[in-house]
Amino acid sequence: MRPRIAMLCCGLLAAPAATWAETPMSYQRTFGPAVDPVTRLAWGLGTVSLVVIVVIGVLLLGSLLRRRDAADGDSGQLAVRHDGGGMAWIYVGSGISLVVLTGCMVWTLIVTAAVARPPSPPLLTVQVTASQWWWGLRYQGAQPDRTFTTANEIHIPVGQPIRFELASADVVHSFWIPQLAGKMDVIPGQTNVLWLQANKPGTYRGQCAAYCGVQHAHMAIFLVAESAQDFAAWQNHQLAETPMPVSDSDRRGEEVFQGHCAVCHTIRGTGSAGHVGPDLTHLMTRGTIAAGLLPNTPGTLAAWIANPGSLKPGTHMPAQVLSGSELKAVTSYLTTLN
Amino acid sequence: MTTVESDRAPIIATANDQSMSSAALLRSWEAKPGIGGWLSTVDHKQIGIRYVVTAFLFLIVGGLEALTMRLQLARPNQTLLTPEQYSQIFTMHGITMIFLYALPVLSGFSNYLWPLLLGSRDMAFPRLNALSYWVYLFAGIFLYSSFVFGKGPDNGWFNYVPYASLTYSPGPNIDVYALGMVLYGISTTVGSINFIVTLVHTRAPGMSINRVPILVWGTLTASVGNLLAVPAVSLAFFMLWMDRQVGTHFFDSSAGGQPMLWQHLFWMFGHPWVYAIVLPAMGIVSDGLPTFCRRPLVGYTAVALATVTTMVLGFGVWVHHMFASGLPILSLSFFGAASMAIVVPSSVAVFAWLATIWTGRPVFTTAFLYFAGFILLFVIGGVSGFMTAAVPVDWQLTRTYFVVAHLHYVIIGINVFPVIGGVYYWFPKVTGRLMKEGLGKWSFWVMFLGFNVAFFPMHILGFLGMPRQIYTYSDGLGWGTPNLIVTIGAFVFGGGILLFFINVILSLKHGAPSPPNPWDAASLEWSTASPPPVYNFAVIPIVASRYPLWEDKMNEDDGASHDSNRSSVAAGMLLDQGRETIGTTLLDAEPDVILRMPGDSYSPLLAALAMTAAFVGLLLHSYLVFGIAFLLTLLTSVLWLWPQLSLYQREPSHE
Repeated sequence: MRPRIAMLCCGLLAAPAATWAETPMSYQRTFGPAVDPVTRLAWGLGTVSLVVIVVIGVLLLGSLLRRRDAADGDSGQLAVRHDGGGMAWIYVGSGISLVVLTGCMVWTLIVTAAVARPPSPPLLTVQVTASQWWWGLRYQGAQPDRTFTTANEIHIPVGQPIRFELASADVVHSFWIPQLAGKMDVIPGQTNVLWLQANKPGTYRGQCAAYCGVQHAHMAIFLVAESAQDFAAWQNHQLAETPMPVSDSDRRGEEVFQGHCAVCHTIRGTGSAGHVGPDLTHLMTRGTIAAGLLPNTPGTLAAWIANPGSLKPGTHMPAQVLSGSELKAVTSYLTTLN
Repeated sequence: MTTVESDRAPIIATANDQSMSSAALLRSWEAKPGIGGWLSTVDHKQIGIRYVVTAFLFLIVGGLEALTMRLQLARPNQTLLTPEQYSQIFTMHGITMIFLYALPVLSGFSNYLWPLLLGSRDMAFPRLNALSYWVYLFAGIFLYSSFVFGKGPDNGWFNYVPYASLTYSPGPNIDVYALGMVLYGISTTVGSINFIVTLVHTRAPGMSINRVPILVWGTLTASVGNLLAVPAVSLAFFMLWMDRQVGTHFFDSSAGGQPMLWQHLFWMFGHPWVYAIVLPAMGIVSDGLPTFCRRPLVGYTAVALATVTTMVLGFGVWVHHMFASGLPILSLSFFGAASMAIVVPSSVAVFAWLATIWTGRPVFTTAFLYFAGFILLFVIGGVSGFMTAAVPVDWQLTRTYFVVAHLHYVIIGINVFPVIGGVYYWFPKVTGRLMKEGLGKWSFWVMFLGFNVAFFPMHILGFLGMPRQIYTYSDGLGWGTPNLIVTIGAFVFGGGILLFFINVILSLKHGAPSPPNPWDAASLEWSTASPPPVYNFAVIPIVASRYPLWEDKMNEDDGASHDSNRSSVAAGMLLDQGRETIGTTLLDAEPDVILRMPGDSYSPLLAALAMTAAFVGLLLHSYLVFGIAFLLTLLTSVLWLWPQLSLYQREPSHE
């Protein structure tokens, strides 16, 4: 009975913000086998913790408020006049703690083993390269022409384990999509591996969890879990060549892009091959820009290109000196990158 | 003194502060009047007070930094601070609280109290003690030197590479941190050596190792821990500085270096350090509770051993700060289990405190409230630590506000609350005046309430996925309301601290005069006048039990109460020929040697200044300044070590 009450208390404490839909980073409820046993363990240990706090709190209050024999009240006297006694408290208290602790330790080891490896070998690997302050993504295909690069928005098929290889282009970052898996640091000079699986379709939010510089706060990542068909469609779409610009304005926009942006950004099929910033091929299929900072709309795109530093102070993307018409043209061109 | 005595039996006599001998002691021990005396004093009480006052000043600075951050985070998308300002402020907040407040304040307590608790006239190395303080002060100023120009350390207090490397941080920010920490490490190291040798050699006769107060156990354990842990961090910071300025590649993965090396070295130091900044504070509670519960501490031996055990285990858990770094699962499980095992010694201490209160008769003074409130905060901070010790759970919890909540429950709950309780407890001893109890109780309740309102919701923010060290967050993540509550709580907590400082200032002037032993406590410091004379004890006390001042009240059938085996504070070794105290043996504290203590000296201050100048030279890339300062450091060492006839020591004769 007691754990259930404690669990209820847990829930009540978290109530002010516990509406799941409004807390995309909350891992009180999770959606995949890489993390679900961990979530149960976390609730279990949390319950044990709350029970410990309550029990000690009650003992402490009891010891403070306990009615004492009035005859003891002589302040010159000691309440206990010999050095010793009371050891039963330590034996019993530490004894119970040790038993509970051992149980928790065993449970923890079982869970650790359960989530260490996926139930079946992952068929899909996503290579993640973390940079200040965005995520590069590379889907390795069976043939070279099935390989493509994108950024900041992962798509995976539901119901199967996915392997992530994590590398850093600069400093230490940490890859974290709380509702699907725990954190894994991204450390220069080594490739860390993580697996996860989404059992429920939907968009999951993640965020860099290791301080990586001034814009650490704005380094979000989204993961879209979709049916196998939808994923295959997305994958094929990402592999497709980008359409050539048709209108004059868009052609002008492409020129502006090649002149100002192509040093850092790539749009496949246009000859641009910059790798400093995110790959922009099929930019408009992504929900956000600047690693989750802004929704991806023509208006925010234009504002971002005109002055990235005012929206994300410290960003490595320099402001471009563009005339009004150039800005309009390049924005218009980018919005054709479906 | 022209002739050297080769053998001398100390005179055993009865004396008090009014005795002739005490006038001689006063002349020997007193500092010169004026600024010269102030700068050259090596009196452990002066140094202790300076430590505490300096640490509290840093606490105020760090607290203001915290409140600034809380304003920035109170609502989503605020722009009160720029990202760079926020980074510097959270980094300096951590550095300030962890290095410049938490350990030094405890060093202050221990410096002031140890010789009084142990029945001695000073620390074993009085000049080293002064050096330790001056270096701490200068290192603190050094660490803040670039912050005031907007170029402070900005990579968080654990300062991971390669963000700390020259490539990503070209300014002086990280150099200041690196060099400042190496300098600071000197202070910690010499201070720790001093505590260890003081314990080993300068306890009063009869104060065997199983009779020293728990605070002494705590500081001893912390000092041994520091001595083993600080080299790791000094080395790491020195290597980092060399990577940045000399062109080595210890941490540079592109040249075969290893970023993980930094993390290991830092946390090999960092975790023992956490215990170093709480164990002495737990000792304050273990020594304070018996006084206010009117009974000896339950389980003295168990608590002392738990203290040591915690530190020993603390050296085997550093990887729990790195569970998400991709290390093999097997080693993570080992470190997770070791971290959980720390629950066991912690529970020993908790149940010892509970039993002491339960079976005692509590006197509800302000100090007692702080000690009792601490127990609950200790447990909350403990169980959240236990949760982060579970490896897979920590993959979620680490680097979120859950960890921020945990570390503040630990550092504020287990350091600040006992420390402020300790100030209420020992203030009358130090100043001769009692603090105001009414205002004191207000300060406790406001602090206790504000603390929990500020930090408990941080656990929930952690569960809601808010990472630490972010300067803002957007709407729609569900973090707004808890953050607002946290900010309100933080200001209430700050108000509680303010009430405490107001109480200190008012009580300094208007507090009721205190008798020598206002709480009817049991340990030796309460046998001296309030404040204690500069020589501490008119005669070196003789100790026969753990509670020397309670022997009259203790049971007749306890061995300690037999007349032949009673502690004596009125009669003991006089040792009034200059600055002297008695050296005793390690375990049983048998008299061993008359220690001739060095007098006041400028050399600690000069050495600290010269050392600091050397570090300034390195910071400014001026090898000329460094070279000169280095030579000056050697020169002051020679001055320091110059043989003095008055310090000539011989064994006392046993005839």
